[in-house]
Amino acid sequence: MSVGSSQSVILSNTESIPGRQIVEFYGVVTGNTVRAKHVGRDIMAGLKNIVGGELKGYTELLQDSRKEATDRMIEQAHSMGANAVVNVRFATSSISQGAAELFAYGTAVRIA
Amino acid sequence: MIEILLNFGLPILIMLIAFFVGSRIEKRHFEDIQNREEALHGFPAVSFEKLPADWKVGSVDLVSGSVVISLDYFKRIIAGLRGLIGGRIKTYEPLLERARREALLRMTESAKSQGFDAVVNVRLETSRLANSARNGKGTAGIEILAFGTALSLS
Repeated sequence: MSVGSSQSVILSNTESIPGRQIVEFYGVVTGNTVRAKHVGRDIMAGLKNIVGGELKGYTELLQDSRKEATDRMIEQAHSMGANAVVNVRFATSSISQGAAELFAYGTAVRIA
Repeated sequence: MIEILLNFGLPILIMLIAFFVGSRIEKRHFEDIQNREEALHGFPAVSFEKLPADWKVGSVDLVSGSVVISLDYFKRIIAGLRGLIGGRIKTYEPLLERARREALLRMTESAKSQGFDAVVNVRLETSRLANSARNGKGTAGIEILAFGTALSLS
């Protein structure tokens, strides 16, 4: 799965974009999403929990949510006039039963 | 008689099914991981950031791979028992190992399929997904996320 938008904003989890020069810093940009589990998927996951193995429904759910958080971060960077976000980090936290927050943050920069 | 059978027979039956099916899934998964790792042999996915001086970087993008995995019923009970006396919980070790390797494989495969030549600064993150059983204390699964910066070399 690609998390990058691959359009106007370049993403990287390195401190600079390899091969490019950073000319301006815009500060930290963030994006988050809080998702509750899907009822249908949870029933399937409950069954899968007996035999173990991958819970595909959850994998997809988290991937979609993370994509959304990343998109929001990109949007914020874009509105600031940045064309790249460096040092991107992801964080996940369980807010309450069956709900999780997915959070992406990084530093918006302009690269030459 | 029927009551005893329902009270003890059913959990034991579920445990046995979970044990056999779970072990089979685990074995197959390890074989699958091994094959895919061999197919990706030679594709650099490294955890450092500094590039060799002779690399000329073309395009850059963030890639990630994730997997949510859970332990089978039998092994979870064994792990619970082990928790009483402490020590190594051996049933959890292969679970985490295969989840990490799977997540790394997915990340690398996605980089390769998008035409990139290497992944640098690979990071791994682990988080626990709580489920609603036992007041949210029961573990529904463990998510492993692998992400890194994919590069194409020109």
